Amino acid sequence: MEQYIVEMRNIVKRFPEVLANDHITFKVKAGEVHALLGENGAGKTTLMNILYGIYSADEGEIYINGRKVQISSPRDAINLGIGMVHQHFMLIDTLTVLENIALSLEIPFWKPLDKIRIKVEEVMKKYGLKVDLDAKIWQLSTGEKQRVEIIKIICRGAQILILDEPTSVLTPTETKELFKFLRKMASEGKAIIFVTHKLKEVMEVSDRVTVLRKGKVIATLETSETNERMLAKMMVGRDVIFELEKTPSIIGDPILKVEKLRVLNDRGTIAVKDVSFTVHSGEIYGIAGVAGNGQRELVEAIVGLRRKISGKIFINGIEIEKLNPRDIGEMEIAFIPEDRRMGYIPNMSVAENLILRSYNKAPFSKWMLLNYNAIKEYAQKLIDEYKIVTPNENVMAKLLSGGNLQRMILARELTIGKKLIIAVHPTYGLDVGSTEYVRKLLLKRRNEGSAVLLISEDLDEILALSDRIAVMFEGEIIGEVEAEKANIEKIGLMMAGVKEGE
Amino acid sequence: MQSYIETLLYSAIRAGTPLLIATIGEIYAERSGVMNLGVEGMMIMGAVTGYMVTYMFNDPWIGILAAIIVGGLISLIHAFLSITLRVNQVVSGLSLTMLGLGLSSIMGKKYVGISLPVTIIPIKIPILSEIPIIGPSLFSQDPIVYISMILAIIMWIILFKTSFGMKIRAVGENPAAADSAGINVFMIRYICVLIGGMLSGLAGAYLSESYTPAWIENLTAGIGWIVIGLTIFSLWNPLRALWGSYFFGGIRALQFRLQPLGISPNILAMLPYASTIIVLSIGAKETIRKRIGAPSALGKPYIREEKY
Amino acid sequence: MVIKIRFERRVSPPKYLSILYVIISILSAFFVSGFIFKAYGINPILAYRIIFTHAYGSPSGIYETIVKAIPLILCSVGLSLAFKAEMWNIGAEGQLLLGAIMATGLALFTPTPPSIIVPVMFIGGFMAGALWAVIPAILKVLLNVNEVITTMMMNYIAIELVRYLIYGPWRGAKEWGYPITDEIPDAAKLICIPGTRIHIPTLAIAISTAFIVYLIIMRTTLGYEIRVAGENPEAARYAGISYLKISILSMIISGGLAGIAGVGEIAGIHYRLRYPESISMGYGFTSIIVAWLGRLNPISIIIASIFFGGLLVGGYVMKMILGLPVAVVYVFNGITLMFILVGGVLSQYKIKLRG
Repeated sequence: MEQYIVEMRNIVKRFPEVLANDHITFKVKAGEVHALLGENGAGKTTLMNILYGIYSADEGEIYINGRKVQISSPRDAINLGIGMVHQHFMLIDTLTVLENIALSLEIPFWKPLDKIRIKVEEVMKKYGLKVDLDAKIWQLSTGEKQRVEIIKIICRGAQILILDEPTSVLTPTETKELFKFLRKMASEGKAIIFVTHKLKEVMEVSDRVTVLRKGKVIATLETSETNERMLAKMMVGRDVIFELEKTPSIIGDPILKVEKLRVLNDRGTIAVKDVSFTVHSGEIYGIAGVAGNGQRELVEAIVGLRRKISGKIFINGIEIEKLNPRDIGEMEIAFIPEDRRMGYIPNMSVAENLILRSYNKAPFSKWMLLNYNAIKEYAQKLIDEYKIVTPNENVMAKLLSGGNLQRMILARELTIGKKLIIAVHPTYGLDVGSTEYVRKLLLKRRNEGSAVLLISEDLDEILALSDRIAVMFEGEIIGEVEAEKANIEKIGLMMAGVKEGE
Repeated sequence: MQSYIETLLYSAIRAGTPLLIATIGEIYAERSGVMNLGVEGMMIMGAVTGYMVTYMFNDPWIGILAAIIVGGLISLIHAFLSITLRVNQVVSGLSLTMLGLGLSSIMGKKYVGISLPVTIIPIKIPILSEIPIIGPSLFSQDPIVYISMILAIIMWIILFKTSFGMKIRAVGENPAAADSAGINVFMIRYICVLIGGMLSGLAGAYLSESYTPAWIENLTAGIGWIVIGLTIFSLWNPLRALWGSYFFGGIRALQFRLQPLGISPNILAMLPYASTIIVLSIGAKETIRKRIGAPSALGKPYIREEKY
Repeated sequence: MVIKIRFERRVSPPKYLSILYVIISILSAFFVSGFIFKAYGINPILAYRIIFTHAYGSPSGIYETIVKAIPLILCSVGLSLAFKAEMWNIGAEGQLLLGAIMATGLALFTPTPPSIIVPVMFIGGFMAGALWAVIPAILKVLLNVNEVITTMMMNYIAIELVRYLIYGPWRGAKEWGYPITDEIPDAAKLICIPGTRIHIPTLAIAISTAFIVYLIIMRTTLGYEIRVAGENPEAARYAGISYLKISILSMIISGGLAGIAGVGEIAGIHYRLRYPESISMGYGFTSIIVAWLGRLNPISIIIASIFFGGLLVGGYVMKMILGLPVAVVYVFNGITLMFILVGGVLSQYKIKLRG
């Protein structure tokens, strides 16, 4: 029997509201790429955090190279040869790349980092990973930041590499390069644990796959002996229909028109460079692109949260100078923000959250006094309509799960915003059921005549929902295509900055 | 005229020294991400302890030592509350200030108005103290002043030129990342808060043993709060704290020099406090411009177990 | 052997738990303060008995306790509001003094007709306190200057201002060189309950404000805006709520209420401006604790104010009878606050120890 380099036996981890890991046994061999597949909330990250020492398991044992070990802190994990690239980068913005890498190595008291620099340059050369060692982290792109994370763990001598959803911040080209790199690591005898919820990637890069659902291991299989459909069924528990039915709809008047828009970011540099596009009623206009290319600033400028420095914005044919957020309600615009935390108030009730946009209008208030009866009625109606799972409308919003939070935000926004819907990463972090719900809802509104501006990093989502697709790179719209004529390669190239015709 | 400037500089440096010492301590604490609003309480406890112990043992240096220990002990309470128990750092610091003010008042009751038999004596550095202007003002001070200047330089070097300092800065910017890199966040924060407490105690002892030297109720009169303002103004950099502290020392010195002119001593007493506000306001614009700011994790407790 | 401490959030902490922890905190503070009594050779139990009988056990004691509670209620209500809007106002002490200055100034040096002097004093005091609070507020909102430091600095400036006035231009002509002002005219003195020092108008304002502010927060659109802005400024901005407006408004109210407290102290108790330490004996700091405990709930604030007011009375008793300096109260306050903080954490989290 082959020896496993990592063995996690009967791991149990409880959080107050949920049993995150339910007697999980997970084994990885040296020299393999092992995918850990599951929906958001299935327990994958929790399990890996236990392996890396960030959490401690309530029950269960861990064996590395056949020896039982206690991992109670990341330092222990590092000493055992485990390295983790987290979903949210663990980098210090104000320090340089070299300093960040040096932090986890044994450095002498007096800082001369020359010896470390030599070692890092060796590693970079050997694996073809290029990055400027003296740049400060805040200056790097997300792809570069991930490269720093990878260099970090190689320099620490990791034999076991854990990557948590690494491709969510990469363009298709960068993803391919990453996979090449992983296979090279594996061929050197290292063990790679690849945490993901994307079925295509599992099929593309892994040797074996373990599927988690609701904290339990459903199966561990050789990748060659399975396919996407099987995996999806195991991941979700039922047959999943992949195709969304998209019928052609009637395209009407331009609702949102943006002309040569220029917006600055927080650092004062140009984030949106002379962007122009139009969204008509009855269509979904999807903007694809890796996060950080100006999408956030673009959207903030449209809804009035950020000043534009030049260019024009027309909504319903009227030129907007700077929208007062109150006006958004008048103009029936719905805004579903990228960062869920911006869109709701955790310590207030569901009902109070639902009236965030309309609290100072009748029937919710009169002469500054809130009418709680009207609020309660409205809340109950929305909870019903959008199937928000909550004991009642007075529960504090922070107790809702991610999917239900999104439903709450959708309920609040879509009830008011019928003309123009601006949705940014609307299904980020949601389970399959909620994701399906959100996408169907957006399509429904589009069929009913709303204009939808969809911004998402998830290419599948853009392709499935949009009527027209644009790609944003470094603040510019690189190209625009009709959905039927779109293909992934071309869009992938555009996301990496290659313009059409190059 | 020359002697006027000399004495002014001399006073400015002396008055600024307790500010400098305590600010360096607070810089370390805040660089690691912990706000210590208990500085006022720790300083005054250091002052009363230093005074008492000096009186009892007839040796000012034992007093200094005792003050450092007391300041450190109190800061450990703050560290335990803020780092381990993760309570609100502002309120925790305030409670320690209240405690320190009250306790020192009780402890010092017997000593009000009694002067110390021995104090710290200024040392004139040979040759250097003969240089016009700088000589009498800079090189004829008491040992603690010299120690504080050297301390500022050493602490600057440690913070920016050593790996320990780098770890501190990492912990203050992004404790999760530091933790993930294997750094012991709790330990670093405890150490930095402890440094802050010990230096606050030292600063307080300097006030009661050398600067005043006497014990009166409310000896510190808000200096601890000025220190917190200075920490921000010096952009968390011990070298900048140097000239910031002496600047404030100068204001203090000016206070006394303007009195004979007939201006009410109370209006003059407002100078340090008003200057703090003004200086912080002007500095704020500069901070926005240069985009240097507080350590990003300042004031937020670090929680490893909470899902992020 | 390293002991690891793990925190587990309680899902829905039962209400009685927080009250229980408050009581435990206060008892613990008593216990620890007892050691200080011991250090002075005083039997703690005897000391506490004396304090309690004097503060709460006799009618005159209770009246005095209420006298001390009035400014505490006013300041705490204001502070709760400011804290809710995430403005750390440590300057209640100074704002109170400004109200006191304004009241004295209006009563002694302006030709305000006696029939309206009292309401004029209250309005003036409110404005003075509000002004004192609004300066740090503006600096915070526009320049992001830390308001903890600026409000604290304003405290010290206010103290020096009072001293300047009583030693200088406002020094009483009739008071033989003591640094106090003349007594204010009778028309400006507030009505008290006969036999006590309880000044009725301020008491009425205090209690009604506690309830009114609570109602505003929970039932009006303004209150809704304050709650949203304090919880999540980003979301507030998106909802069209002006964080600027809310922050400044809450500081104005907070400072204004403290100012009214100051008016009450002058027009109801001292009838003149005197040493700042005599006018406000730590009301500013103590009300932080009350606000932290009461959290805008008017009943909690009133109860806590009476409790801590009694402690202040007890402080004086300790000085008279036991010879302990008044500062003991500060010690007790500090320790209580610490224990309350710990209790707050314990009621929110279960702590598990692993060896």
